Amino acid sequence: MSTNAKFGGASVPASRLVSSLAPPGEISSTDIDRSCCIPLLALFGGAALWLVVGSVLALIASIKFHAPDFLANCACLTYGRLQPVADDALLYGFCLPAGLGVALWLLARLSGTPLRGAIVPIVAANLWHLGVFVGLAGILIGDSSGFAWLEFPRGGSVPIFFAYLLLALWSIMIFAGRRGRTLYPSQWFLVAALFWFPWIYSSANLFLLTSPVRGVAQAVIGWWFANNLLVVWTGLVGLGAAFYFLPKITGRPLQSHYLALFAFWTFILFATWCGIPPGAPVPAWMPTLSAVAAAWLLVPWLAVFLVVWQTVHGSVRSSWNNTTFCFVGSGIDAFLLSGLMLMAMACPQISRFTNFTWFGSAETQLRLYGFFAMTMFGAVYYILPRAVGLEFPFPKLARVHFWLSLAGIALLVVPLAIGGIVQGWKLQHPDIVAFADTTKAMLPFLRVSTTGLLLMLLGNLLFFANVMGLTLRWKIALLKQFIAFVKSPLETTSASASLRRDKEVRA
Amino acid sequence: MKNGFLVFLVSLVVLGGSWCGFVLAPVLQLGGQKQTTILNSSDLYPVGRPGMANQGLQVYRANGCAACHTEQVQQDGVACDVVLTSAGKTPLAVTNAISSLKLTGLDKGTADAAVDKINAAGGKAEIHITATGPDISRGWGLRHSVAEDFLYDDPVQLGSVRIGPDLADVGTRRPDANWQLLHLYAPQSVVNGSAMPPFRYLFRVQKIGGEPSPDALNLPKAFTPPAGYEVVPTAQAEELAAYLLSLQADVPLHDAPFTQPLAVSKP
Ligand code: HEC
Repeated sequence: MSTNAKFGGASVPASRLVSSLAPPGEISSTDIDRSCCIPLLALFGGAALWLVVGSVLALIASIKFHAPDFLANCACLTYGRLQPVADDALLYGFCLPAGLGVALWLLARLSGTPLRGAIVPIVAANLWHLGVFVGLAGILIGDSSGFAWLEFPRGGSVPIFFAYLLLALWSIMIFAGRRGRTLYPSQWFLVAALFWFPWIYSSANLFLLTSPVRGVAQAVIGWWFANNLLVVWTGLVGLGAAFYFLPKITGRPLQSHYLALFAFWTFILFATWCGIPPGAPVPAWMPTLSAVAAAWLLVPWLAVFLVVWQTVHGSVRSSWNNTTFCFVGSGIDAFLLSGLMLMAMACPQISRFTNFTWFGSAETQLRLYGFFAMTMFGAVYYILPRAVGLEFPFPKLARVHFWLSLAGIALLVVPLAIGGIVQGWKLQHPDIVAFADTTKAMLPFLRVSTTGLLLMLLGNLLFFANVMGLTLRWKIALLKQFIAFVKSPLETTSASASLRRDKEVRA
Repeated sequence: MKNGFLVFLVSLVVLGGSWCGFVLAPVLQLGGQKQTTILNSSDLYPVGRPGMANQGLQVYRANGCAACHTEQVQQDGVACDVVLTSAGKTPLAVTNAISSLKLTGLDKGTADAAVDKINAAGGKAEIHITATGPDISRGWGLRHSVAEDFLYDDPVQLGSVRIGPDLADVGTRRPDANWQLLHLYAPQSVVNGSAMPPFRYLFRVQKIGGEPSPDALNLPKAFTPPAGYEVVPTAQAEELAAYLLSLQADVPLHDAPFTQPLAVSKP
């Protein structure tokens, strides 16, 4: 309770901004949900926008393989800029803010503590999206840093770094002020992720951009960073969310907390060391260590598999009509599948045929979209109506979104993975395959994957429509409230009273 | 609470471990890396790219060439050939010694043993080392890429996917700046059916005023601008071409040995 008082005390001045300040012991989950409303609208709304932007750009980039001349006169739209912008829009535009929003809400719910000082996460969310805008624009005008997944120039990286710090700080303050003592597994996963990003992002920016180290040490740090963001961070947040939603929806407790803790520790122990590709021109111990760590990933892989299997086993059919369950469940499947691909890529006999091919990109897309984004979709569909206190305008479209995204990601990943192996085999046989043929052989696969991107774009548009529609409903409700308030000045004495009354009406 | 604290303490140590391994250790081991000497020579390698090529690296970075190109040649191993340089005073003995030996495609140990036998018979022999592997067979380099190749690059652009060929040694196989410029302006003008996107925006199409510019590209018919116009490279294109020409990882090093072929046949 002492930490509670400490952090609670620090946030008192700002706490007036939150409409509900019920005394401890009487906090309902509705109060907690509502306390996150505006920060979540800001985080998820911007994320939904970047998701659409990213998938439009990914589609354009993909078309360039079928027609290299397409939009070739514009420097901003050259493949080498579009591709990282599309990737970063998905990762920094959608995945991170969505993950931060979900973490904020989950920690509030699990801690039984409402969010106080909502203004800070609101400002941080907007700062984040501004940083993403500057970063993406910077890449388009040629200011990319040149390191994969760390492309943002300073104008983008500094704002998102501080925005992250603020959001993480607020989430951790909620966590520190929690009411129960025993921790739920999701809390370990989320808090570790909240800590880890500032660490890796600042290290990478410091050693690669602010005062760059010499030579290939740059590449090693770049790979370490990318792996820790794409595999470890998304893994922690995505699993943290899944370990909350799967038991919640199936109505069965997580099986078991100890196994989940084991999965957590082994995952961070091994996954953090992956990422240095085989054959890289760096001291041999580095790729070797990465390969060994990747092989050991089988341990947390099995643990996650067991936790999920034992938890949802037998209730899949009854839970299948729940959209969140569909999203999170298939997200976990994608996590396991991409884990297998990651392990395969580190195995020397296989990496020969996957290194430098589309296979790696298939793995990344499966992880980022198939696992992480899908899990976040499920979470957002669950959280946002509760936080806002209104229904989505097109709840039926969530199902359509699910099927479009699922079909899209399958059509994107399967051909790229198979094509990647074909490409790798051809690259390995210089005596019978000319290089030009390795490029040509990929075209049919790329054609299917472009179709996949199109389906994903359609799905993402439906998500965008629902999130924006809900935001609009919320604004209209606020406006109505305001008008009612102006019309009847005698009945209500203050804005906060009006808000409180409104909540009663809605509840 | 105590329990939770322990969980986070352990996590912090675990996470920090990978930071020590893949951030701190590389900085310490590689951050102070120095030039090395070329095998069988006292010359230092690398000497650093000329200024224009360094600016070209920035053009390469800004346009994301690494989205399609790697700069890391892979190698499976080496093959050694024993080459007789002198039969000495006892040619018959040497011929006898040789006739019982396999002289090509050996590993290093067998090759050394063969040389010893020839020496014992009174002849003289050398070992020629060639790197092996698919990348080498494709002509992408004479040896695998090593850390030294990138000593002075910032940012280091190793790339991760080969939609186009590996470029670690492209300056050796495509040493003509004009070819590079033509290829950047219109890849299909020099490579039939090339899938590389054109980088026309690095060039200016301008009206020929008086004298044609000496820098104007000499394009094949199908790619020429309208009559009265010419295509000239911008400074960025020139720098990029200079960078591509500077990509020459073609010297043998202690950790990546090979014997310089006598006559290099370039495509
Ligand atoms: C969309 C992918 C793509 C991008 C982006 C790309 N290239 Fe290429 N590049 C290719 C392909 C495919 C080839 C093989 C066909 C050819 O030689 O034109 C190639 C070939 C080359 C070659 C000839 C290599 C050889 O062995 O003959 C050079 C040099 C080259 N590219 C340089 C560049 C530079 C410089 C950039 C950035 C300004 C760049 N490429 C961007 C796909 C790409």
